[in-house]
Amino acid sequence: MKKYAQMLALSGVLASASTWAQDIQIDIKEFMYSPKELTVAVGTKVTWVNDDQVPHTVAEVNKVFRSGALDTNDSFSYTFLIPGTFEYFCILHPQMIGSVRVTQ
Amino acid sequence: MKTGPNTPEDVTDERRGLSRRELLKCSAWAGAGVLWVMSGGIPRAFALDDAGAVLKGDLLASDFHFVQISDTHIGFNKEANPEPLKTLQLAIDKVIALPKKPSLILHTGDITHLSKAEEFDTADQVLKRLPSTVHYVPGEHDTLDEGGGKAYLARYGKGTKGNGWYSFDDHGVHFIGLVNVFDFQPGREATLGADQLQWLADDLRAVATSTPVVVFTHIPLWTIYQPWGWGTEDGDQAIAMLRKYGSVTVLNGHIHQVIQKVEGNITFHTARSTSYPQPAPGTAPAPGPMTVPADQLRNYLGITDVKATQGDHPLALINSTLI
Repeated sequence: MKKYAQMLALSGVLASASTWAQDIQIDIKEFMYSPKELTVAVGTKVTWVNDDQVPHTVAEVNKVFRSGALDTNDSFSYTFLIPGTFEYFCILHPQMIGSVRVTQ
Repeated sequence: MKTGPNTPEDVTDERRGLSRRELLKCSAWAGAGVLWVMSGGIPRAFALDDAGAVLKGDLLASDFHFVQISDTHIGFNKEANPEPLKTLQLAIDKVIALPKKPSLILHTGDITHLSKAEEFDTADQVLKRLPSTVHYVPGEHDTLDEGGGKAYLARYGKGTKGNGWYSFDDHGVHFIGLVNVFDFQPGREATLGADQLQWLADDLRAVATSTPVVVFTHIPLWTIYQPWGWGTEDGDQAIAMLRKYGSVTVLNGHIHQVIQKVEGNITFHTARSTSYPQPAPGTAPAPGPMTVPADQLRNYLGITDVKATQGDHPLALINSTLI
């Protein structure tokens, strides 16, 4: 299963290689991810930057990715290699939720 | 007298007693057994007799008191308070200056800001100056280490159950420290979890209903403001177990401001922080640190002194700011 996922991820990378996605930034400001919902192509590197005075985290609900505590101006990046919808939240302020939809 | 965050016209010299304005203002807070009075910017609780008269004398006769401090956030250094260590020192000075040494001290969490070892070390060094034993529960800021709370539990979890919950007795009062800063789920309020609720039910089995109970936990046990996650989803299950007790006081932190509610025999109270203020529910786009003019910061920070009288009375809570 894991191997299949890796192959899938790899094929995703190859398929999108010709239209290599831009890096995208999500700002964390006033207890919100902005944009809250995002659609990107496979291979896109997404970086979350915390602009708030308090720490936040970025935690994918199925633990696909989890940042540590991001203090003010700290950032966390994840490169999406598999298509699908990834929902995440802040483990400090669980009312903060966001999602990234990854397309081929 | 310096005034608190209230507007000057709301402040009445306490020697003049209760004005009609104060009574009207407090009527929303008055429950069966307690009356909250805003006086000089300081909310005070007075016991009520059956006819609704204020039993002010009982406060003075109290023979046991303890202090709650909360949300020290050691490691925070942003605009809202660049020096939370200094304001914690002021809070400790205030506790030391109390006319009578408190029997014990409760710290309702967010000891540190980022759960770093050096933050815990600094907090420990400074809190050592407190004149009585300190009992802790963790805040969510104390669970940010790589182990997700292991650093807190290694320091403060000795003799506790699960993720750090426990109970003890002092002066005939049953104290229960609950933990609601683990296992957060997206879009949901905090939780105590089934294991802790089962433990609570077992713990209360040996406690007579005439015993005063004090529950202390970080995030408010009742929902104060859902959009900001200021509440505990299964807190009502814990509260249901406490309804049969004659005197229950629930002390929380987390929201960095005083909010109180009385429901039957249960008094709910959240304490000020010693580090930085947060906005009143819904008054700002987000619950982040609230920056106030530097010369007013101490009006927004403070400690809570809780007095217990022997007998069937609610505990009296006196919140004081750091001015």
